[in-house]
Amino acid sequence: MSLITPDFGLIVWMTLIFGIVFFILAKWGFPMITNSVAKRADRINDSIRMAKEAEERLKNLAEEQKKLIEQTKAEQSRILKKAAESRDAMIENAKTQAHEEAAKIIAKAQTEISAEKESALRDIRRQVALLSVGVAEKVLRKKLSDENEQRELVNKFVDEMTSADKELLKN
Amino acid sequence: MKKLLTLILAIVLPMTALPAQEAVADSAAEASFDMNEYLYGHVRDAYEWHITTVNGEPISIPLMVIVRSKTTGWHVFSSRKLEGSEYEGFYIAPSSSKYANKIVERDASGAEVKPLDLSITKNVFGLMINGALLIFIILGTARWYKKHDAEEEVPRGGVGLMEMLVSAIEEGVIKDAVGEDYKKYSPYLLTAFFFIFLNNLMGIVPFFPGGANITGNIAVTFVLAMFTFFIVNVFGNKQYWKDILWPEVPTWLKVPVPLMPAIEIIGIFTKPFSLMVRLFANMLAGHFMILGVVAVIFLTAHMGAALNGGLGIVSVLLGVFMDCLELLVAFIQAYVFTMLSAVFIGLSRPKPETDKTTK
Repeated sequence: MSLITPDFGLIVWMTLIFGIVFFILAKWGFPMITNSVAKRADRINDSIRMAKEAEERLKNLAEEQKKLIEQTKAEQSRILKKAAESRDAMIENAKTQAHEEAAKIIAKAQTEISAEKESALRDIRRQVALLSVGVAEKVLRKKLSDENEQRELVNKFVDEMTSADKELLKN
Repeated sequence: MKKLLTLILAIVLPMTALPAQEAVADSAAEASFDMNEYLYGHVRDAYEWHITTVNGEPISIPLMVIVRSKTTGWHVFSSRKLEGSEYEGFYIAPSSSKYANKIVERDASGAEVKPLDLSITKNVFGLMINGALLIFIILGTARWYKKHDAEEEVPRGGVGLMEMLVSAIEEGVIKDAVGEDYKKYSPYLLTAFFFIFLNNLMGIVPFFPGGANITGNIAVTFVLAMFTFFIVNVFGNKQYWKDILWPEVPTWLKVPVPLMPAIEIIGIFTKPFSLMVRLFANMLAGHFMILGVVAVIFLTAHMGAALNGGLGIVSVLLGVFMDCLELLVAFIQAYVFTMLSAVFIGLSRPKPETDKTTK
């Protein structure tokens, strides 16, 4: 039957027509379409991936921020503590220094006072000696008319005075 | 739906019950309708494109006849010249002849011989129209991608539809069946799909640019199957040929008598053969069914107005149903052809097996 016997002419034409259509579509038709679609699909996939990454990063960022705040707080308290410690130490230091200084000043003042006292005592002694010499001179001038007797007595007094002075200086 | 069915039955049943005697003697009408000629005339190839018949005068588009006689050489003329008579020694063989409905001539001894026939027949012309239409549609779609940045824009309308179809076939069929480097094969498989699909659809359209039974013609499906056959066997890899000539089966199945290799070699040919027959038979059967359903109107023409009218309604409804079915079949057959071609291509490129059980 003619229905199931392929006709040669039609085979030739079909091969030719299908070949031409295939050539044209394979060259300018389908690759253009499929490549564009594939490119778009890639782009969409990339975009989704990037969005996910961004989300992830944002999440991480928030966590990092939290961590940073915590760190800062810890640092703050540490610094404050340190400041308090150093303040206490400084005060302590200042106190001891002040004590030492005061003790030094007091010691110096005491030595000065004792030196002053010494010189004052020496002055007083000299004044007393001069006064007593003067008093004795007045007493003796009346008593001793004789020159020799006078001289003997003066020497005697001078000796006594010098020995007394020496003793005083030694003390 | 149920309501509609009741309605149809209510109209049809009383009509069939009406006596048909009044039209009994109308045998002239019966004789004027040749069922065989009607069915085969619509599905076979022809030298002219018959559109309709008005008052007994056929209206048809003449096509170009190209024949080469062994004795008189090349002849090119319009199919008009062959109407009812001989032209330059050529005539269309009568149905009693071995070459029924083909152009033949008589050789010196007076015997009927078939010249080399490269005529632009109805199917060839239909193929040209559909091929041009397909190129127009696909290049039109491709043009959109050239003009637009597909990464930024998504096509709508016709281009969107085409993109959807192309992506569905490529992603859903070709990629899965062929495996890696499917891109090399996708232009062929996509072309085959759209070519078959468009020709199927045009075959359902009942008037001029459509109506030719192209994919229901075995020569057309033969060529399509041969394309797949060549692609499968030319690009088949070493492992594919090894599996055919020296398959991994017990040695006695292949050494004294090469049983398995023989089966495998037959298999090389049965695969495209099944492709050819499946598409051809499905499309031909679809055409026959629609034609048969429509033929009911003509067959009952002499049986009286009531029966004819009633069955006419049934025929139209069935025709609508069959057309819808054929729309589905048009897609399914194109899809199946593409899918099986893709599967055969995928099978022709197996990965070399790592563990060798037999050597």
